[in-house]
Amino acid sequence: MRSAREIAQSVRGGASAREAVEAAVAAVAARNEELNVFLHVDAATALAEADAIDARVAAGEDPGILAGVPVAIKDNICQTGVPTTCSSKILEGWRPPYNATVIERLRAAGAIPFGKTNLDEFAMGSSTENSAYGPTRNPLDPSRVPGGSSGGSAAAVAANMTPLSLGSDTGGSIRQPAALCGLVGVKPTYGLVSRYGLIAFASSLDQIGPFAHSVTDAALLLEAISGHDPLDSTSLPEPAPSLVAHLNDGVAGKRVAWVRELVDGADESVVASVEKARNVLRDAGATIVELSIPELRLGLSAYYLIAPAEASSNLARYDGVRFGQRVDGEDVTAMMEATRTAGFGAEVKRRIMLGTYALSAGYFDAYYGQALKVRTLMIEAFSRAYGEADMLLGATTPSVAFEFGSKTKDPMSMYLSDVFTIPTNLAGDAAISVPVGTGEAGLPIGVQLLGPGRSEASLFAAARVLEKAEGRS
Amino acid sequence: MSLPRGWEMVIGLEVHTELLTKTKLFCGCANDFGAEPNTNVCPICLGLPGSLPVINREAVELAMRIGLALNCRIQDSTFHRKNYFYPDMPKDYQISQYDVPINAEGYLDLPDGYRVRIERAHMEEDTGKTTHLGTSGRIHGAERSLVDYNRSGVPLVEIVSGPDMRTSAQARAYVAELRAILVAVGASDGRMEEGSMRVDANVSVRQSGEPFGTRCEIKNVNSLRSLVRAIEYEALRQIEVLEEGGSIRQETRHWDEDRGETSTLRSKEQAEDYRYFLEPDLVPLAPSAQWREHVAAHLPALPAALRRQLSELVGEVTDAQADTIATVVDLSLHDYVLAAVAAGVPVTLALSRAANEVASQIDQRSQLSTEAFIDTIRRENEGEISATQSKDVLLTVLVTGATPAQIIADKGYVQMASDDLAGIIDGIIAANPDDWSRFVEGDPKVVQFFIGQVMKATKGQANGKTVTEILNAKRG
Repeated sequence: MRSAREIAQSVRGGASAREAVEAAVAAVAARNEELNVFLHVDAATALAEADAIDARVAAGEDPGILAGVPVAIKDNICQTGVPTTCSSKILEGWRPPYNATVIERLRAAGAIPFGKTNLDEFAMGSSTENSAYGPTRNPLDPSRVPGGSSGGSAAAVAANMTPLSLGSDTGGSIRQPAALCGLVGVKPTYGLVSRYGLIAFASSLDQIGPFAHSVTDAALLLEAISGHDPLDSTSLPEPAPSLVAHLNDGVAGKRVAWVRELVDGADESVVASVEKARNVLRDAGATIVELSIPELRLGLSAYYLIAPAEASSNLARYDGVRFGQRVDGEDVTAMMEATRTAGFGAEVKRRIMLGTYALSAGYFDAYYGQALKVRTLMIEAFSRAYGEADMLLGATTPSVAFEFGSKTKDPMSMYLSDVFTIPTNLAGDAAISVPVGTGEAGLPIGVQLLGPGRSEASLFAAARVLEKAEGRS
Repeated sequence: MSLPRGWEMVIGLEVHTELLTKTKLFCGCANDFGAEPNTNVCPICLGLPGSLPVINREAVELAMRIGLALNCRIQDSTFHRKNYFYPDMPKDYQISQYDVPINAEGYLDLPDGYRVRIERAHMEEDTGKTTHLGTSGRIHGAERSLVDYNRSGVPLVEIVSGPDMRTSAQARAYVAELRAILVAVGASDGRMEEGSMRVDANVSVRQSGEPFGTRCEIKNVNSLRSLVRAIEYEALRQIEVLEEGGSIRQETRHWDEDRGETSTLRSKEQAEDYRYFLEPDLVPLAPSAQWREHVAAHLPALPAALRRQLSELVGEVTDAQADTIATVVDLSLHDYVLAAVAAGVPVTLALSRAANEVASQIDQRSQLSTEAFIDTIRRENEGEISATQSKDVLLTVLVTGATPAQIIADKGYVQMASDDLAGIIDGIIAANPDDWSRFVEGDPKVVQFFIGQVMKATKGQANGKTVTEILNAKRG
């Protein structure tokens, strides 16, 4: 499959956008049944959008940096008139009457939103096994999970159905599946990409970001969707950093920190990949420093109080009154209870209960309040680390893609899949996962680069150095 | 009302007011919930998945005006989520200010000078409105409930007083003065009956000098009159319980206007745990110093200052005039009066016409321009039309919006000529010889009787001043 950059370049030069969309339609037809990547594809509409792009080019217009590129959309992002389920029964049949800002931005860049991808219900999970519509399979080994929660968006790109996709990352939900599917995945700085139209899991942590085969394609997509949005109060006011222009800046003179807590507990093959990345960056002119940031070990605990607390409030609105599923009851309270009992899956219920408990009178200080303090400690610890290094290096996940069912019985083991990715979300910083080396069964391994807020340009440039050393693009 | 046997009331009031913004607090929908149900709604005020709130600048400005008018400290503030399930609350949480409100620690001076502390005046969003069909009109036993979300997201400011009032009269004066202030600063239309201003009263009783007793919160108070009734009922109820050896349970009570009673709505134990936490979809509200200064510099004149200004214009103020001035200020009619005075009309005449005729058609006030008001009472003052005609012209302008000149022409309002009047007055003198004798003897009260008779005979077309002049001339 051609890269997004190639497609956009050729379409802007007069080649057919319809052809790019037809290729995506054919790839979905070939493998979606097996992999369960897309929950919804409207090929006719996508083709019509492609024709419109072609017509604009023919009329002498430039549709933008992603002209004619089909982009898969995680099904927790609203698109006017298109079923949006969050992979939950409770939203079955709901069609948003409005577009998320990222959908508007994609269109403004000439891209074509191409179908809605599977996820763990309400983005709660690390394997896409928590979808009410069945798990997504890893295209590289269908006996294994693609990671999650953005497993469908990762699989769409990994299976060459679309060259790009959008996911959302609350605790690693882009980077972890990117690592498990051999892709580049980015958690942008909090506020860089508008959350307007992203169905909230944990509002203070959620951020939309790209999946791509290459750092360049990821940069194109992130540039297209980032920037201030007056509809999102938490959107950063500054103009988005330019990424594509700095892709080949390299890492000469950059200080890269090897962070013990970002590799401890990872499989040997994963540690070996991080070491390999360290060596590549050193050879490219970076200075390697070693750091220990003990606070990072507290991330998982703090996250599993803050995220469920926000989720318990964010998911209150699924009460059967205004949209989605309704199960009738004796009175309005019974109706709400019945609707939520039938509509939510086990993991969602677990987190709602956990979060409700953490916010309750008498427990707030010990749980949610304490977690906020830990979050502050973590922000300060990161800030100190970024005084000593320009970016941090570590693993994205402790292991390669795991087999179905291997972690579903023990939520804690599943939660540990995100131990290296969660701290970035708590800090509101940026991180990128890029494939380096392989592990068990030849499966890909992701290496993570972490930077302070708005450091995307340096992170992309460093990731590009690693990508080139791997002989990719 | 004074309480028996050394008891004293302790009253604190929570007043919610809807703000007169063009749009809602967190979205661009029109702040107009009288429209067809569910027409002023969007993904944000319906709480649709993925939507996000953005604070309304105009609402912040009005909230700051309220804070300034109540002598509060305006501060950087935050919003929290107040979580509870209710069908008319689309997100099943309300965005409200919690521990750090925009306005803190002010005070309000009642017209008699008594100072009531203001603890806070914070911003929050309103809910939708549920109508329960069938049976009682309340949620239990309703066959079905309809929800109108036009009101969902309408900006509110909640003003919380200290527990500083000791009588129902003070509570009434506090709400009246607060309403006048809210209207004066353009924040509210101050309509209690229509629910755009809602009052909850916290009432407890104690023996004078003792510590505060346990309080009950009374809801569903929809007028100044019911506020007084509800507080007095509740205080007497608590005294009865205490004197019989019982104790007061902290609870929320519902005021039943028809039965004149309060009854338990929910006890403290049944109170919801709202699980407040900082609203992650909003950033802290930090109005710039420049903005705060601008709002302060453009704050309209407040009722106390307006009453002072009008009183000074009158000079020696009688009790009746003080009431007239209070009415004019409460209803925000002072602009008419001040403009009329500036145009050379006597202040007492302008006050009287504003406090009576204009006040009686207050909902129609937009029909009456300042120019029309001045035009009418100047004609009256100069004797071109009579007082009766002048009142009718004002009322007609308020109802129809026509100009005074047009109305005067249409109705043929002209003062009767002195010669014609003299003939009529002769007839009245002849018919009332005893009264005439008293008048001739110098009883000044009888002049009103003669003016009344003349007005009756002329259907109000006589000028009172002219009649007096003729009577005096005839007395010799």
